[in-house]
Amino acid sequence: MTLALNVFTIVAVVLGLVFFLAGTVGLLRFPDTLTRLHALTKADNLGLGLVVLGLLPQVAWPFGGLKLIALWLLALLAGATVGPLLGHAVWTHARGREPPP
Amino acid sequence: MSLALAADAGLALLILGLAVWTTIARTAFGAVIGFMAYGFLVALVWVRLAAVDVALTEAALGSGLTGVLLLGAAARLPRDAAAARPGWGLRLAAGVVSAAVAAGLAAVVLLLPVPGPTLAPVATATLPTLGLGNPVTGVLIAYRAIDTLLESVVLVLALIGLWSLARDEDWGGRPDALRAANPGAALVLLAQVLPPLGLLVGVHLFWTGAIAPGGAFQGGTVLAAMWVLTLVAGLTRPPRVGGRGVRLLLVAGPALFLAIGVAGFWLGGAFLAYPAADAKPLILAIEAALTLSIAVALGLLLAGPPGARE
Repeated sequence: MTLALNVFTIVAVVLGLVFFLAGTVGLLRFPDTLTRLHALTKADNLGLGLVVLGLLPQVAWPFGGLKLIALWLLALLAGATVGPLLGHAVWTHARGREPPP
Repeated sequence: MSLALAADAGLALLILGLAVWTTIARTAFGAVIGFMAYGFLVALVWVRLAAVDVALTEAALGSGLTGVLLLGAAARLPRDAAAARPGWGLRLAAGVVSAAVAAGLAAVVLLLPVPGPTLAPVATATLPTLGLGNPVTGVLIAYRAIDTLLESVVLVLALIGLWSLARDEDWGGRPDALRAANPGAALVLLAQVLPPLGLLVGVHLFWTGAIAPGGAFQGGTVLAAMWVLTLVAGLTRPPRVGGRGVRLLLVAGPALFLAIGVAGFWLGGAFLAYPAADAKPLILAIEAALTLSIAVALGLLLAGPPGARE
């Protein structure tokens, strides 16, 4: 059972790291700020989610696990707020007018 | 090489690289972003050194609050400020002095005798008489209470300095510099969803400071951040600086600290001495009042002088 959980942790965390790697490559290679933002928020949301999922069997339940999940939810909230804010600022700055709703 | 050492080495290299990047950044805005990221990485180093109290303070005050203040300053700089960069001679001199200071600090750290001189055993030995479990809180609020008292007064002085920048006709008005012209739905939602959680975390940091990493400064900073978030989103308005309530909140912490300190002459035999029987409740009362005053002072420091926009 422990072996299975450990394998699950390794697989999930590695998958999460793949998302972070892809997000970083996108951040460096994508042509403009809006697409870079897209790459970055995907890495944050899915990558961190998978890392947290993988770490869940390794921490004390319930409080250790709940703290990890709370961290992921907070990162989701931050990403979901900052992404649109930056996107709005970039759009307005580049085109000199408000984006369509 | 062990895994922990490799991670630490990577962290150190990352910090050095970011420091260089921040120094040579071409725009003030970029340099401030680099500085904020640098602060968060330094906080990680403090965690690795098992100094969680310092890490919390570095992340909240050193990186977060100072970063926001610097961002505000960078946004107010004129566009052509880059043209007024100091010449190569001055920059070289600044670099040499900085390198000398860094080398001196490194020498001091590396030349420490092993084991290093420490007061930690003495500090922990008397903690139970104070009813505390966190030696950092013991140092801040008991052994070196005079320093903390002066620090809490400095915040009020800083705010007075800021307020004195107001124009005469604006005096007594609201400091409105923080409010975003067009906050947008996402920011307003964040300012509605996050504060309940942030309030819980801030109060928890203050309360747990007696036995675990945390305390008035860290808790107060989190509370201030939540207040500032609602100010930026336009959900709340800053108080008039002439109001009695806000001024009472500002001085409540230092005043209570000072009053209990003076009472120490009769209760404990010296200035800022606590009576052995009631040390814990007195310390908690001081920390609670300090948390509130620090939160209000930090929020108002970010809000700027009164009457920027009425």
